[in-house]
Amino acid sequence: MEQQREQWGTRLGFILAAAGSAIGLGNIWRFPYVAYDNGGGAFLIPYLVALLTAGIPLLILEYTLGHRFRGSPPLTFRRLARPAEAIGWWQVAICFVIAVYYAVIVAWAVMYTGFSFTLAWGDDPDTFLFQEFLQVADEPGMISSYVAGVAWPLVGVWLVVLAILVFGIRGGIERANKILIPLLVLIFGVLVVRAITLDGAGVGLDALFTPDWSAITDGAVWVAAYGQIFFSLSVGFGIMITYASYLRRRADLTGTALVVGFANSSFELLAGIGVFATIGFMASASGIAVDEVATSGIGLAFVAFPTIISSLPATPELFGVLFFASLSVAGMTSLISIVQVVVATVQDRLGTRRLPAVLIVGGGAAIASIVLFPTGEGLYILDAADHFINQYGIALAALVIVITVAWLLRRLPMLQSHANETSAVRIGRWWLIALGVITPLVLGWMMWDSLQTELAANYEGYATSFLLVAGWGVALAALVFGLVMSRLPWRGTEMEPVPVSREATEEGRR
Amino acid sequence: MSGEAVVMLIIAIVLVWGGLATSIVALTRHPELPDHPEAPPPPQH
Repeated sequence: MEQQREQWGTRLGFILAAAGSAIGLGNIWRFPYVAYDNGGGAFLIPYLVALLTAGIPLLILEYTLGHRFRGSPPLTFRRLARPAEAIGWWQVAICFVIAVYYAVIVAWAVMYTGFSFTLAWGDDPDTFLFQEFLQVADEPGMISSYVAGVAWPLVGVWLVVLAILVFGIRGGIERANKILIPLLVLIFGVLVVRAITLDGAGVGLDALFTPDWSAITDGAVWVAAYGQIFFSLSVGFGIMITYASYLRRRADLTGTALVVGFANSSFELLAGIGVFATIGFMASASGIAVDEVATSGIGLAFVAFPTIISSLPATPELFGVLFFASLSVAGMTSLISIVQVVVATVQDRLGTRRLPAVLIVGGGAAIASIVLFPTGEGLYILDAADHFINQYGIALAALVIVITVAWLLRRLPMLQSHANETSAVRIGRWWLIALGVITPLVLGWMMWDSLQTELAANYEGYATSFLLVAGWGVALAALVFGLVMSRLPWRGTEMEPVPVSREATEEGRR
Repeated sequence: MSGEAVVMLIIAIVLVWGGLATSIVALTRHPELPDHPEAPPPPQH
């Protein structure tokens, strides 16, 4: 007998967990700069078009796949069509890789929350980050030194994540998100209010929102909009499939996808306002242009923000704590969802209970994370692995999924009727066009575009030998893992594709 | 802030946060239905 699958306690619990997964570091440190750099206020148009024609349709697809086939990605795709199982395993490998390095950034954010109390980064946050805190080696390569100051918080982050996962979907993930997401909105809300009341905030908001209408006709801006929506929503690596597999049978799939999609964008917009108001303060206080201060990623969070925080006129410590606590919480709720994909897969595949699954998977990921990243070379490995697994893992897997489901298996109409059966907002032809035509074209174009950039020059100028291991090697290993795992026979008959309900059986006959 | 930037800020907030509010209202108007029973109930005697 198959074990009874866990379920979310409430619809709100699922929505908070799914939003917690979607809202991550990228919402805070990526969106504001992407919007600013791609037409400012005019970026809103391609961004909303991308949300409605790719983001929310992909969310609905993943929810419907997980809900219809009730499994982790390998089991879901196996039940969809046996050869498609490899896609699911590929996604699991991608999640493993991401979990291993994402935890490290969460650990940095936790440490910086502590550093904020004393403004420990001093007058030179750049030197503090790279030389004192991370002790980054002079050039990328294989591991040669270990940094205890990063290792201990990283152990702490893993212990918290695994402790939450041990308590299961309802008792662990749902309960944690019910506390953490309202907390995130509260602390980030306070931060934004403080930011927009700073002198010069208007200068930053001017830079972010003044529209450059010529951007609308620039193809690169549209690619940036679809890329932002795509990477921000946590689609393409099986998280939403996994989370949706714990939904009740009569769950409203399209309604929740709309709420989660708009919640993610709402937080992103709030982050844009907060970040650019702060940047505006910095620009006007030091008499430099916004474009010289504006940046994204690690540089924004761990160098630019500490610099700005130190120069704030009042309570800089509080501002720092609010900012880094927001990053920590946003990252933690995403990390939980990423690790859960791998845990669910081990449970489905081996039929084990949750505790051993968490210990096997979480323990493995934690050890890989703790061995590889608190090192002098850790930052380089993280940077290369992140870039390549995003482009040639997540985005490529999503492209393969839409082509497989829409064109090779032609299962979109079946999934459409499954979603419509329990959802108040019915999806029509626009969903088929979005997933069958728009998403494959845009993702295909993004892939072509990034491959050309990759072949023109080494990413970040890193040595080819290093990129072949930490970049291309990691992305390729995830794909090979998927293909190999899908060839292994499943033990026992309980894991054979089974009809999930009477209605599904009838649907299958139609 | 320039008038143009203020207008775009307001439009962005209305569309994105308005979209969130509308989708929440739409969802709450349709409370979750109880699950179908997995199997027909045993006959009553």
